[in-house]
Amino acid sequence: MQPPALQWCAERAQRWGLRGRHLVIAVPWIWLVLFFLIPFVIVVKISLAPSVFVGQPPYGPLFEWTKDHYLLLKLNIQNYLDLGGKDALYLEAFLYSLKVAAVSTVFCLLIAYPMAYGIARATPSWRNTLLLLVVLPFWTSFLVRVYAWIGLLRNNGLINNVLMGLGIIDEPIVMMQTDFAMYVGIVYSYLPFMILPLYSNLEKHDVTLLEAATDLGATPVRAFLRITLPLSMPGVIAGSMLVFIPAVGEFVIPRLLGGTDSLMIGRVLWDEFFTARSWPRASAVAVLLLLVLVLPIMIFQRYQARESGGVAHR
Amino acid sequence: MNARRSTFLLTALLFGFAFLYIPILSVIVYSFNESKLVTVWGGFSTKWYGVLFADRQMLDGLWLSLRIAAVTATGAVLVGTLAGLVLARFGKFRGRSMLAAMVTAPLVMPEVITGLSLLLLFVAFAEVPFAPVPEQRGFTTIAIAHITLTLSYVTVVVQSRLSTLDESLEEAAMDLGARPLKVFLLITLPIIAPAIVSGWLLAFTLSLDDLVIASFTAGPQTNTLPMMIFSKVRLGVTPEINALATLMVSVVTIFVIVAGILMARQEKVRRRDVQMAQAAAGALPNRP
Repeated sequence: MQPPALQWCAERAQRWGLRGRHLVIAVPWIWLVLFFLIPFVIVVKISLAPSVFVGQPPYGPLFEWTKDHYLLLKLNIQNYLDLGGKDALYLEAFLYSLKVAAVSTVFCLLIAYPMAYGIARATPSWRNTLLLLVVLPFWTSFLVRVYAWIGLLRNNGLINNVLMGLGIIDEPIVMMQTDFAMYVGIVYSYLPFMILPLYSNLEKHDVTLLEAATDLGATPVRAFLRITLPLSMPGVIAGSMLVFIPAVGEFVIPRLLGGTDSLMIGRVLWDEFFTARSWPRASAVAVLLLLVLVLPIMIFQRYQARESGGVAHR
Repeated sequence: MNARRSTFLLTALLFGFAFLYIPILSVIVYSFNESKLVTVWGGFSTKWYGVLFADRQMLDGLWLSLRIAAVTATGAVLVGTLAGLVLARFGKFRGRSMLAAMVTAPLVMPEVITGLSLLLLFVAFAEVPFAPVPEQRGFTTIAIAHITLTLSYVTVVVQSRLSTLDESLEEAAMDLGARPLKVFLLITLPIIAPAIVSGWLLAFTLSLDDLVIASFTAGPQTNTLPMMIFSKVRLGVTPEINALATLMVSVVTIFVIVAGILMARQEKVRRRDVQMAQAAAGALPNRP
């Protein structure tokens, strides 16, 4: 009962040895190649293009046909040279971003680990409620949650008002547009990403191991350090990567909570693109940022593959 | 010793949740503040909700963002479910590890990189004839960018759901002569329905929330809700945003709780069905 056109397609497909299976694989594969992989190739290409400040788009061609029939390929590495030389602004921004992301990751870990452990050891009925409470802020707007901190941290904000009302301080503490506010914002926003992988790891632990250790005379601290902590390393790594990698390129939080001098690389890229309108320079920044993050991303992928793919294929 | 550990964990949980919720609660409380000075309490009032609902631009932004989010979530579910199915059930094939890598990378990729690279793709497409992307950037380009970002989340949710369930049901249907499409529609799809629902909601929320990627891929005329919020917040705290935030938080809370209850109930029914089926199978005589 199939329409003839469909029938024809089906026959054709069969002759080429194609089956539904190939089609199912092809859809996500093609989508991701087209909209995830090829864009990176284009970023690399544009990062080597000359800047053109008149017209749209603001970059020049790489290839050129000359009059005597040569195909000329011109690569402009000036964008990269600018990043390293002249002023150390870009290098500083890179190092600063890595530092901010690393420190935020450590703080996330310190807050998230006891929370995840507490949830994993709670009774099953409590566990789901607590998990829901962890996930709920994640479902609410990220922008709104960052904005909420402005209301808390301002000079006449809630924290300063409470502290002054209690007579602890006389003058408001300047917190907004400082590194402190930025760290608070990043740790706050990324905390659920740390708690969830830690929880799903800690939840699987066998409690009898700890009991055995205690029976054999280990102190709880020692039992934790020798058993729970090593066993939870996959969760620690997954959570840390989920926080560290996006935090390096974070734009919104440094822009809204951080000071004007807190130049994270995401902000530099944004300004190069939107303010300076230098698309090639912005692309060069993106390529370098990607190179810096390749290793952490690969670590994260290996973990992910083991977690999801490994189970399915045994 | 154990009691001391419990006290420590309880304190950690208490402080952790206070840290997570005090900012959100403060926004809700101050949305009912009469005073324009956001941090001074001037009495209970709902006037900022009035201001919000009179703000034409804001409502237009909200409507645009909701439409983009709905299209995004649907597209991400279509592509992401296929990817999850392929990764969890199709065994080994050429290009599998590449697909897995392309699916997990967007989960951690900094948004500025994704945004910039997609914009450059759309600009490059504009020069290619018959390219599958419109010349004017706006709704469609943002939706494509958001689908690319969020389909990873759908894939992970669907894939992990599939990998926790064993394949015997699907294999049994195949053995009984059902075609793969029929097996998928009648067996796999109902099993992964909860994962698809939560994947859809996740993609919807992520799309509704995204500022960076939308800013890169939007045209000059397009202003999504996060873009409007961002430009308002950049100029200082506005009580109107408190009202908007409260509404968003309430809707999401109700939605998540209702969805959670519904899914828990459905899961219970499914478990009972599986148990009954297994009991029935066990009752069969001479089962190898």
